[in-house]
Amino acid sequence: MRRLRNLLVLLLIWAGPATADRVTDFTLDNGLQVVVIEDHRAPVTVNMVWYRVGAADEPPGVSGIAHFLEHLMFKGTDEVAPGAFSRIVKAQGGSDNAFTSWDYTAYFQRVAADRLDLMMQLEADRMTDLRLAGPDVETERDVILEERNQRTDNDPGALFREQMRAALYLNHPYGIPIIGWRHEMETLSKADALAFYDTYYAPNNAILVVAGDVTPDAVRDMAQTHFGGLAPSDALPARVRPQEPPHLAERRVMFEDPRVAQPYLMRSYLAPERDSGDQGRAAALTYLAELLGGEGATSFLGERLQFERQVALYTGASYGGLSLDDTAFNLFVVPAPGVSLETAEDALDKALAAFLREGVDPALFDSLKSQLLAAEIYARDNIQGLARRYGRALTSGLTIEDVQAWPDVLQAVKPEDVMAAAHDLLKGGNAVTGWLSRPVAEVTEVTQ
Amino acid sequence: MMRLILALALALTMAAPVRAAIEIRQVTSPGGVGAWLVESHDIPFVALEIRFRGGASLDAPGKRGATNLMTALLEEGAGDMGAREFARARDALAASFRFDVGADSLRVSARMLSENRDQAADLLRQSLHAPRFDADAIERVRGQVLSAIASDAKDPQALASQTFDRLAFGDHPYGSAPDGTADSVQALRRADLVEAHARVIARDRLYVAAAGDITAQELGLLLDRLFAGLPETGAPMPPQSDYGLPGGVTVVPFDTPQAVAVFGQPGMERDDPDFFAAYVMNEVLGAGGFGSRLMEEVREKRGLTYGVYSYLYPMDLAPMMLGQVASSNGRVAEAIEVIRAEWARMAQDGVTQEELEAVKTYLTGAYPLRFDGNAKIARILVGMQMDGLSPDYVTTRNDRIRAVTQEDIRRVASDLLQPDALHFVVVGRPEGLETPAN
Repeated sequence: MRRLRNLLVLLLIWAGPATADRVTDFTLDNGLQVVVIEDHRAPVTVNMVWYRVGAADEPPGVSGIAHFLEHLMFKGTDEVAPGAFSRIVKAQGGSDNAFTSWDYTAYFQRVAADRLDLMMQLEADRMTDLRLAGPDVETERDVILEERNQRTDNDPGALFREQMRAALYLNHPYGIPIIGWRHEMETLSKADALAFYDTYYAPNNAILVVAGDVTPDAVRDMAQTHFGGLAPSDALPARVRPQEPPHLAERRVMFEDPRVAQPYLMRSYLAPERDSGDQGRAAALTYLAELLGGEGATSFLGERLQFERQVALYTGASYGGLSLDDTAFNLFVVPAPGVSLETAEDALDKALAAFLREGVDPALFDSLKSQLLAAEIYARDNIQGLARRYGRALTSGLTIEDVQAWPDVLQAVKPEDVMAAAHDLLKGGNAVTGWLSRPVAEVTEVTQ
Repeated sequence: MMRLILALALALTMAAPVRAAIEIRQVTSPGGVGAWLVESHDIPFVALEIRFRGGASLDAPGKRGATNLMTALLEEGAGDMGAREFARARDALAASFRFDVGADSLRVSARMLSENRDQAADLLRQSLHAPRFDADAIERVRGQVLSAIASDAKDPQALASQTFDRLAFGDHPYGSAPDGTADSVQALRRADLVEAHARVIARDRLYVAAAGDITAQELGLLLDRLFAGLPETGAPMPPQSDYGLPGGVTVVPFDTPQAVAVFGQPGMERDDPDFFAAYVMNEVLGAGGFGSRLMEEVREKRGLTYGVYSYLYPMDLAPMMLGQVASSNGRVAEAIEVIRAEWARMAQDGVTQEELEAVKTYLTGAYPLRFDGNAKIARILVGMQMDGLSPDYVTTRNDRIRAVTQEDIRRVASDLLQPDALHFVVVGRPEGLETPAN
């Protein structure tokens, strides 16, 4: 049973590798990088503009401004009235949206391939020509506060994970939520948004990713026509964030909320991310996450905590290698009924110690290796997914070559690499362990 | 940038949509199993979508949750393999099987590599024909289901939907969650799961679609490999359900900062001659995301929510029209007031010619874009079969959208939309909504 119910959905995100075929890239004179991924199976194209800026680039005190600006990018330019952007896309049978993370902000449209030109025109227009009206900004701030309500404040699990992250990062802004802390969101202004926009939105800080039924030559012509005339910024700040000091102490997060139905525990470790030209450790950690907490019926934690003993309902591990700076490696245990979080944590500790002692199961390792190859085949079925893969990598400090080398890097991993990475990661004394639970008085109540 | 303005103006009038570039073949296996196929040999795998109509609504009386638990156990051991052996065998083939059940169907989504397709199919066959329902697996998965039930009881979204269903459908299967209750799931025995399996997994309610690297002949053989020997008939379908919820507001008190509201009224059957008019109407009203009236009025103008939408939901045994919004406790009453007003305005006036043209351009232009990928195509194909459509629907559908007139919508909106019948279930501590809880 793999239905995890909004609890551990994060675990299932598998940051898989890329196909090397039919990808072309070039850079315009003004610094705009362009990536074209051809797929001629259907007359569809996805047009994406990725900016190398995200929540971790925000100035102190205005958390959420990168995401707020993403919303405001639909509020009009000289040529396009507030709210008209999506209407124009829809009038072409297209759909559009945008998303923000710590390392990137991206905008995309999905349209028939013969409508691509207009989409580029629209994106080029708002890259440098945003015009904001005061009342629109105020109303949209209410929208992002409701978004925070919906995503975070209404969900004790989301609040808990927000606290976990804040505890993990001692110095790096990855500890601040993308959507922002509420008290700072409430004060975000038009001036804050425009200052961020003026600093970071420029062709030499952007990547155009076009995937689908297109040719590189046609994309080059369109990109040149629409983006080629935009002036690059000569004042882009270097992307240097405050880095993490050594983590020297165990930390604990005890989060109680009466809305918690299913307590669980989570442990987070600071972990290296994929670095350009040096993705080997990240590849080993990718295996480690699968070996420890991938498929419940075969993973080490699943076997020990769900099958051999019935300590847990679910176990899991997640590792996000695509990140500009140090990332997180997380473990989850959802205890079985009647099992305390303390007992579950003790079982987790014992299982991790056993893993470090016993090493990698060679059969499972080989199976994972072939699954990673197959994942490449399945990934080719989804052009939007491929486009995202390149966009995320290129905004996270990697190159096209890194993306294309990744499948080979994964295939080159050996069990001893995984164990070296495991010993390094799990050496102890520096993790954050969190318990999500109900207040004690509630626990004793009869379940309704 | 005059050029841009000109281009945008042209764009609004020149959107002639591309045609769906897929060719659907109807395949019948030597053993008589039918399926729809879109062949595409670009990528060496096939996506397979399997449905068994009836789903969790086929639970035997007093056995609520049996079909759900049974479905969750299909991948937890089959034939001579226990749960772990089954998972290892599947992973060694790098195949993917997903089992899921809802109120109208049990769903299996599979992906199989061309290089080991027959072995993957043999494995999937085992899970469908010979699930073991081992005692330890039952207890393990029962614990997971009970956890999900407990989580739903503290999840404003689930609470709102489940309360709405209970009020609307009472004792009919649609009136309760497919998961069952803690008590009903605790009471399930192995024999109940065997029975649930026999009620649902049968030839007379089977629908199959495939897309990808497989020929019609190969698919025929694959179908028999998967389904030969399946029992001919399952349990009879439950009766149509009577929607019994009058208009109003039901508040479910729950301490959380943002109230979640689910709202709805009776809807329209999928095969109603007016379904297309209703569909186009609702696209203007609330299905269309940005640009829909609800989104414009509730979010864009007033900032009352992050998202609001309405949708036609023609379930097999009861057509409904539903919607959802989430808004701070202090503001949700205003959101509801705006939604009611938009419901009434549409019922009264229909849509403008401009709105109609815009939404038709969008719907006809967006339709062919759906067919990009084997997995998506297989899902669409199986859905079409369950809706009783023919393969040529993909070429006629846009004409039927184009044929909808302003007058059609005026007529259908005034018949279908009943502002007085609209019922809101609100979970939270909403201010200014006085109705007591049920």
